[in-house]
Amino acid sequence: MDKPFLEIDGLAKRFPSGKGEDPTVFENVNFDIEKGEFVCIIGHSGCGKSTILNVLAGLDEPSDGAVTMDGKEVSGPSLDRGIVFQNYSLLPWLSAFKNVAFGIRARNPKWSKAQVSEHTSKFLDMVGLKDSAQHRKPSQLSGGMRQRVSIARAFAIEPKLLLLDEPFGALDALTRGTIQDELIRIWQGTNQTVFMITHDVDEAILLADRILLMSNGPGARVAESVEVDIARPRRRAEIIHDPAYYKIRNHLVDFLATRSAQIAEGAEGPAEAGARPRTVNPARETQTDPTDDSDRQPARPRLVS
Amino acid sequence: MTLPLNVKAMMVSLLILAVWLGTWEIATPRAQATGELTEYEMLMGAAAPRAGIPAPSAIFAKAVEELSNPFYDAGPNDKGIGIQIGYSLFRVLTGYFLAALIALPVGFLIGMSPLMHRALDPYIQVLRPISPLAWMPLALFLIRDSQASAIFVIFICSIWPMLINTAFGVAGVRKDWVNVARTHELGPLRTAFQVILPAAAPTIVTGMRISIGIAWLVIVAAEMLVGGTGIGYYVWNEWNNLDLTSVIFSILTIGVVGMLLDAAFGQVQRVVRYQE
Repeated sequence: MDKPFLEIDGLAKRFPSGKGEDPTVFENVNFDIEKGEFVCIIGHSGCGKSTILNVLAGLDEPSDGAVTMDGKEVSGPSLDRGIVFQNYSLLPWLSAFKNVAFGIRARNPKWSKAQVSEHTSKFLDMVGLKDSAQHRKPSQLSGGMRQRVSIARAFAIEPKLLLLDEPFGALDALTRGTIQDELIRIWQGTNQTVFMITHDVDEAILLADRILLMSNGPGARVAESVEVDIARPRRRAEIIHDPAYYKIRNHLVDFLATRSAQIAEGAEGPAEAGARPRTVNPARETQTDPTDDSDRQPARPRLVS
Repeated sequence: MTLPLNVKAMMVSLLILAVWLGTWEIATPRAQATGELTEYEMLMGAAAPRAGIPAPSAIFAKAVEELSNPFYDAGPNDKGIGIQIGYSLFRVLTGYFLAALIALPVGFLIGMSPLMHRALDPYIQVLRPISPLAWMPLALFLIRDSQASAIFVIFICSIWPMLINTAFGVAGVRKDWVNVARTHELGPLRTAFQVILPAAAPTIVTGMRISIGIAWLVIVAAEMLVGGTGIGYYVWNEWNNLDLTSVIFSILTIGVVGMLLDAAFGQVQRVVRYQE
């Protein structure tokens, strides 16, 4: 049997409290990501999404469990995993150009200046940063431009796995929309595997192949894996007319509004050790009963695997 | 009036200077002709004109005279102001450079390692408040050379602000930037030079600027003690000569040189400053 590209097994995080049982942020988190997949994870604040991402990045240590990428266990940060943070994490004393060149030089220490410079320009052009902006410091750029630079830096090191920690969380809605479109365009040209945290349901549907849903903490887990069955290439303006769109959206909103809390209280039974989250496909499920949409209570998702 | 603020400020500055110098000039007593003195008054020295504060014009004349030939050397007690300043600057910069050589790496170590921070903190807290001149007797005894002792005093007084600011700056580098270094697999040395140093540079240079200011304050006192050469010795020597014009001139020189040193570090600060 072929091993999945990225395997997360029995991941747990507990913070030492010093007395009695340590409070558990999440536990028994299991999921896989295939090569080239775009996976989003959604859940309420405090369920430990960012911690999971930091563990994948190698910046944080799990209390339990393991992450295996390409058959090797993840321990410590590596250039194989590129990260885009919500706060951009650009080095403020370097220009946009030098920030990207910094990543490229780290990735390819033996490259000549000309090679680094050429590669840098290529990726800055790719994210649509104009020449005049490339030599400005991050403080002289708008939030959207900074995030473009940050995305360029992450793509430029050509990581095996790209981790996005709410990359558009700090941007206004219009800018966010533009950069989402840019991200899809860039991503489609590559076979880049992406794991992304978001709070935005629409963003997740627009971008993801699959959306992981996390129940509320403490003791959170990945409860469901929702398939987004919408043809690519997707565009923001068109996707909302897709019949599948609102079915998926309702399913996600319902999960966040009610079920994430119910699961935390044990409504759907305890998590089975090592079990992958069940995969649901809300788009196909409700096709059998298209009229039953009026009470805003989506039908129980059908298990497809 | 729609003059720029800078021009207005300069005009007010010049006005204050003019009023101050004018008042001073007028208020300075001239050598007045005294009437017939009794023998007793003559014996008590009343015939000698009472030494007063010299007028600004006299000081200006002195400045022109000194600055037109700053590097003459007419023996141990008569050297040009340029030579004296040169000696002082040499001591300050030597002591300061040695201090930087120790303070910057140790500050880095303290900033990076909470263990070393706690281990070294008690020493720093005890040593830092000691007046640098209090080290002088010990330095003279141990080093047995007055010049080197003066340099040592500069060393010990300029080390603390640099050390503390470096440690503070390094410890305060944002975790995000350190994570950028980690995720780009930068080694410890490259992390230190490419991420932590530029991130902490503004704080470090602020410490260096404070240090050079303190060093310049201390060198005057140190040279008054060790004697021989330097601007501090020059001031004291002119006081012993009762040449107040020279004393005031050298006080002004100390101020101007200190200002230039500070301005130089101000420039360095502008270079390393960044905006988040």
